[in-house]
Amino acid sequence: MNNKTSASLGLANMWVAFIFFAVAAVLGLYQTVERMDIIPGLKSPELYFASVSTHGVLMGFVLTTFFVMGFGYYAASTSLKQEIWSKPFAWFGFWLSLIGVLIAAVPLLTGNASVLYTFYPPLMAHPAFYIGATLLVVGSWVWCLQMVMMMSSWKKANPGETVPLVMYGTTANAILWFITSLGVASEVLFQLIPWSLGIIDTVDVGLARTLFSWTLHAIVYFWLFPAYIALYTLVPAAAGGKVFSDQMGRVAFILLLLFSVPIGFHHLYMDPFQAAGWKFLHMTGTFMVSVPTLLTGFTVIASLEVAGRLRGGKGLFGWIGALPWNNPIVLAALLALLMLTFGGFGGMINASYSMNAMVHNTQWITGHFHLIFAGTTVIMYFGTAYYLWPKMSGKALYSTKLAVYQLWFWFIGMLVLTLPWHQLGIAGQPRRISSTPYDESLVQSWITAEYAMIVGGLVLVVSALMLVYNLFKTHGNAQAETNLEVEYAESLHSTARMPKLMNSFGFWVALIVIYMVASYGYPILQFFLMETFGTVPWSI
Amino acid sequence: MQDPLKAICDDDLERRWLWISLLLAGGMGFLLGIYALKSNLHPPSNVETIDSSRLHLTEEFAEDNLGVKENEDGSLTVTMVAARYGFFPPVVEVPTDTPVKFRVASADVLHGFHVPYTNAATMIVPGYVSEVSTSFPTAGTYSFLCNEYCGLGHDSMWSRLTVVNKTDGGDK
Repeated sequence: MNNKTSASLGLANMWVAFIFFAVAAVLGLYQTVERMDIIPGLKSPELYFASVSTHGVLMGFVLTTFFVMGFGYYAASTSLKQEIWSKPFAWFGFWLSLIGVLIAAVPLLTGNASVLYTFYPPLMAHPAFYIGATLLVVGSWVWCLQMVMMMSSWKKANPGETVPLVMYGTTANAILWFITSLGVASEVLFQLIPWSLGIIDTVDVGLARTLFSWTLHAIVYFWLFPAYIALYTLVPAAAGGKVFSDQMGRVAFILLLLFSVPIGFHHLYMDPFQAAGWKFLHMTGTFMVSVPTLLTGFTVIASLEVAGRLRGGKGLFGWIGALPWNNPIVLAALLALLMLTFGGFGGMINASYSMNAMVHNTQWITGHFHLIFAGTTVIMYFGTAYYLWPKMSGKALYSTKLAVYQLWFWFIGMLVLTLPWHQLGIAGQPRRISSTPYDESLVQSWITAEYAMIVGGLVLVVSALMLVYNLFKTHGNAQAETNLEVEYAESLHSTARMPKLMNSFGFWVALIVIYMVASYGYPILQFFLMETFGTVPWSI
Repeated sequence: MQDPLKAICDDDLERRWLWISLLLAGGMGFLLGIYALKSNLHPPSNVETIDSSRLHLTEEFAEDNLGVKENEDGSLTVTMVAARYGFFPPVVEVPTDTPVKFRVASADVLHGFHVPYTNAATMIVPGYVSEVSTSFPTAGTYSFLCNEYCGLGHDSMWSRLTVVNKTDGGDK
């Protein structure tokens, strides 16, 4: 069968992702310079906070959602060898999401939605911002439905067979995203939109923040999922080996699905209005969600070792050198694992019930999520794009060498940016500030790290533009791609007898519903049981 | 005894790693639980509502009643209001090694406060009263920084906290 539709869907979605990504990267560089107060003419809180809001929305909502959708469509049709479930519906979802982004862009760029990507009521944005964001999410639900339908129709057509790991993971992510987005969807539909249109006068900020926390943690797993899927299914084959254990990949995906939503209160540790016991419960789940990541680390490194040894690597560490470091997706994976390790250690601190108080809302947090998201996750988006672009476009990659440099630049830039941010955070610098008019001794201790941040930002922007240039030039490449087959890694251990629970989702979804009722039921209900006071809207 | 993880994982090495991962995650939770119980170390989690538009009409958060008060047991309660773009009262002085409980309410939007290098930190959410308990072992000049985006003037929202040695008669 031909994959023309899924290739066009893949390319269209991923181009939207990377174009907005490049815009957001430039905004990021501006922010690093602006907040340091070194160029007096640049000082403008209006522009700065409009930029931070746009940067967050584009990186967090647009790059991710479109990349995930594009990757999902292409992975589903190539792994199942099946057409997209409904082509017109898939394009409808794409256009709905894109129109949503464009609608939201107007208030964002004109400074009428400088409420950051986390919304922050009772600061109120223009209604178009909330409506545009809602359309983006609704468009992505179309994708969720497509993935679920494709997996179930494949299972019907192939009774008793094991769903390919790449599709199992992609469907897990589709289900995860649907459940995840219900929190923010309720906040926006029942609170923010009616409030911004003047239909209701006040919002309960405690309830709004509780609903947002439902989405806020699991959304990062929605972003991370395709990176993990690529690590399990594309990287081992590209490195010349096999995936160490297909089954443990499934265990990791199930654990991510199960534990990433009911743990959102680690974003509310410092908030009043939720009692300590609930926060402790969510913390234990937060530590549990590190298990699938530790497991992924093991399986992926073991798979790479298998590849390295097959390529003739000897000794305890010799296999590392034997890996194809000049293959973009393999290089991306190696750098992603390094950043995941650094970022993961930091994450243990902010995940901790009591230690978090020292770093909450400081630049440490910005450093943490840039390492895990902009580092680990996004570098895997790059690696995956370099791998899939020739297959989707039919043209050979414009320059592998440029791609390799680009990935190294991204890695170095990200470390230069984020390691100083961790230090700034411990030294008390708040995140989300456009200048530093604080106590002199405090500000003095921040300066070196702040200069490093600008250097990091500069390297990252160069890297971002190299990526877009390389992908763009690939379309015009005279040389055709010879191997159009997407090679998914085989498992070292047999997958013939897969337990039913690792080949379906019904049981796990039921378990999540129970877990969600236990961890969010009363915390949401309490707002309707006690006397609360809503808050009127405030402009920025 | 058969390893219960054998049901999902055939490989000995990977199963051993899975055990280590579970012990790591469980161990972190267990340690933090022990600290929470033994040292009463909890994040600020007061569940108490207030009408933020009428703070001036409440007894506790009316302007004249803000600031440091000594309780019968010698501990202190500091009542504060956060409003764009400042903390009120603007200067707070407390002695070292004394339990201090901050009670803070917002008069408008979301704020946060953090005293760098200490664990005195909380979000300040309109409609709710935040409470955070701590003590300061080292004398010196500290800052309260607003650490949550509250509007275009957010950067300038900070004020001073002075911690004086207890023996210097810091509590008057």
